[in-house]
Amino acid sequence: MKIVIIGSGKVGFSLAEQLSKESHDIIIVDNNYEALQRAQESLDVMTLAGNGTDPLIQKTAGVDLSDLLIAVTPTDEVNLLCCILAKKLGCKHTIARVRNAENERMTRLIKEDLHLSMSINPERATAREMFRLLQTPSFITRDTFARGRVELLELKITEKSAFCGLPLSKISATLNTKLLVCSVERGQTTTIPRGSFTIEAGDKITIALAAQNIPGMLKNAGIAHSKVHNVMIVGGSRIAVFLAQMLLQTHVAVKIIEKDPERCKKLSELLPSALIINDDGSNQRVLQEEGISKMDALVSLTGLDEQNIITSMYADYLGVPKTITKLSRMEYAAMLKDRNTDTLISPKLVTANEIIRYVRAMASSGSGAMLSLHRIAGGRAEACEFTVSETTHHLNIPFRALKIRRDALVASIARAGKVIIPDGDDCLKLGDTVVIVVETGTPIINLNDIFVEEPF
Amino acid sequence: MNIKSIRFFLGHLLWIEAAFMLPALLISLHYREMETVCAFLYTMGLMAIFIPLLLLKTRGERKVYARDGLVIVSLSWIVLSIFGALPFVFSGCIPRFVDALFETISGFTTTGATVLTDVEALPRGVLYWRSFTHWLGGMGVLVFLLIIVPNGGRGKGDLLHVLRAESPGPVVGKLAPKLRQSARILYIIYFGLTVLEIILLCLGGMPVFDSLVHALGTAGTGGFSIKNASIGYYDSYYLQTVIAVFMVLFGVNFSVYYLLLLRQFRDVRKNEELRVYFAIIAIATLLITINILPLYGSVKDALHHSFFQVSSIITTTGYCTTDFNLWPEFSRILLVLLMVVGASAGSTGGGVKVARIVILFKALKNSVQKLIHPRAVRVVKLDGAILEDPVIRATSTYMTAYWLLMAAAVLLVSLDNLSLETTVSSVFACFNNIGPGLDLVGAVGNYSGFSDFSKIVLSLTMLLGRLEIFPMLMLFIPQTWKEK
Repeated sequence: MKIVIIGSGKVGFSLAEQLSKESHDIIIVDNNYEALQRAQESLDVMTLAGNGTDPLIQKTAGVDLSDLLIAVTPTDEVNLLCCILAKKLGCKHTIARVRNAENERMTRLIKEDLHLSMSINPERATAREMFRLLQTPSFITRDTFARGRVELLELKITEKSAFCGLPLSKISATLNTKLLVCSVERGQTTTIPRGSFTIEAGDKITIALAAQNIPGMLKNAGIAHSKVHNVMIVGGSRIAVFLAQMLLQTHVAVKIIEKDPERCKKLSELLPSALIINDDGSNQRVLQEEGISKMDALVSLTGLDEQNIITSMYADYLGVPKTITKLSRMEYAAMLKDRNTDTLISPKLVTANEIIRYVRAMASSGSGAMLSLHRIAGGRAEACEFTVSETTHHLNIPFRALKIRRDALVASIARAGKVIIPDGDDCLKLGDTVVIVVETGTPIINLNDIFVEEPF
Repeated sequence: MNIKSIRFFLGHLLWIEAAFMLPALLISLHYREMETVCAFLYTMGLMAIFIPLLLLKTRGERKVYARDGLVIVSLSWIVLSIFGALPFVFSGCIPRFVDALFETISGFTTTGATVLTDVEALPRGVLYWRSFTHWLGGMGVLVFLLIIVPNGGRGKGDLLHVLRAESPGPVVGKLAPKLRQSARILYIIYFGLTVLEIILLCLGGMPVFDSLVHALGTAGTGGFSIKNASIGYYDSYYLQTVIAVFMVLFGVNFSVYYLLLLRQFRDVRKNEELRVYFAIIAIATLLITINILPLYGSVKDALHHSFFQVSSIITTTGYCTTDFNLWPEFSRILLVLLMVVGASAGSTGGGVKVARIVILFKALKNSVQKLIHPRAVRVVKLDGAILEDPVIRATSTYMTAYWLLMAAAVLLVSLDNLSLETTVSSVFACFNNIGPGLDLVGAVGNYSGFSDFSKIVLSLTMLLGRLEIFPMLMLFIPQTWKEK
């Protein structure tokens, strides 16, 4: 697909990075020369300097012949304007980032008139992602594939877990659920394990299973599916409001600590049933007084990454079962993975991922190209989704008889509405949607890349 | 230094070169030149030994940083030339390796400077290979490699550094969002124009083999001819004009053709470099016509030779229809100045490039304006878009390096104790990838009179000129070879 992205900020960049990897043709428009240089040098994209609301620039970028325009400049109005213009020029689909609540309401009202395919609010999307994770606190991350039928869950193994001490070959039988361990993170290393591998306490594992089997698996594995009843939010940002609204609707008690008294008033107006505390959330005494150690979960949402990290680490130290940390810069996330700050979320990445999910749903499948790509296990492995097409080699031959790369694994097969967690007797059939897990390093562009072919 | 990436590129490069030797081999077979057939077979055999060695264990992640891109390009060109020189040596056409290397580098860099005194005695296979190096070097062999490089590398955007280092011009962009696509478009246009020229030459009565060879030479703006009298051998206004027009066409930025194919005529009209390029050709042709009129008598002849020579020199091709060394001083100096100007950025020609000259003139104008109004704020614009400071700075730096290196080369070549005209014009002709210069290296002369040392220096200047200085300079900086 031909995609024009307006705005080469963090979201625009990560969108371009991901989408160009998924073999779309990307053109980035921005009026900042340096930002474009950066994109030009590290991505296989084309760049164009200029104002995205200028019809001349849009025409030069070929918006009229494009399938999609994504406007992610910092200003809502510019984004909307870009989309209206693009639609007028003949662009098939448009996506705008709209973060201001008033603009968002307006957009919802006149979405039809704007011919907008999708509008995304980063704060709301982030809050939704956090809410999803708080609903199932046992999982560190959760990725869905094959239109939601397959899930890849990342969880940490404690000594009490039924996984502990089990070799992989026996897990499905023991838990009475078909599942596949795709990757194991132990200390600094991430491996794609084989059948004889034994799971130990402290490992972070990613498992693939059918979405409908999740409750059963949790029960059989003895993972306490403890529901979150009370959440402490440090920092009363816009994300906090969205998140609190969602939590309150499901009758979870919410306590928000915010430093600015004016903001507190506003929060109490917006969230009458939440408890708003006006104090410094970075103060240990305040956290103690407000009973941080008795919380089911803590979410740190202040504007300072450093403070968010420290608060979450402190909560973790006190034994709060689940912490979520908002980070604007994910560069240092790898370092924090080894600390126990459970889940790190970057609004920018959430936004990019939401948009990408939409684009993937748009892109027609069948050419053997990748449908989606998710980073799992802290970025050390990738889960890619493919459709099996005529060009795929070795159809209908059981995996047992094939040579598959050691660092790759077929995690699941979705065939005719059913989910198969494959073993050696399964095979690829035309029209299947498969999820491949592969160690980061040698990427898989085409499904055929997983086979070890005899060198010619 | 990222040795793995370098080996990967060099390995694939030799593979391509070997594949491109096949047509030469077939031509030799066709004309039953057994010695040449053996020469190509030996070379290809040698390559077959080196390729697996280079490609050993290069699977996996290949990250190409800016530095690697530059080094890959310059090393590739050297390796390419070394192997490309072997058929000349094995076939006995140019027995000495230094001479063969000079000839091959001259070929790949589209210079067209030759050490051969009697070209017509060479076997056809070798003649074809010699001209084919022009074609491959013109658009760039790594650009070709980008089309066929296995699609496994993550972050293909990194390879932009390779494209940038090999493509001429101050600002190198892509024609299409994907690098591979851009490279493919370039080669399709290139191939199309070349075929068109072959057909037009054949229609004019030139033998098929001659048409092929001369079209390859024109396309790469190289200038190797298979006749001692160059294009002057074909005493036909039609043939000479076809070649002159195609030289001009191959000196145009290829993105212009792409825009024409996309029917974006407005953008083509807006292209300042194109207008300046045509203007320079028109004015220079006119001036030289007036200047040489007494020599030829008829306006038609004077105009014809003037246009042919101007287009041959400004596009840095180096074909001749007449011995311009005998022209009046004004015309000769004008031609030397055109050598420096060179063709358009993004074409197959050499020289400084019209785009750089335009940028420098505009920057100069701004600086002068600033003297008058010290607080004036003015931006330099090209084709209606603002030229950012880094681009202007890079252009000035390029010019500085250009003149310094040229001066150094003149000094080194002067050790041969030839005339001032020969020494200076030979360096100008090699650095700007033209071929013929003045005096001893004029239209009817050649480079056999230089010492081995000078030949090596001149070979280096050809590479410096073709790769636009910096990739080659990288090789001589010790930091390049240190681990990061």
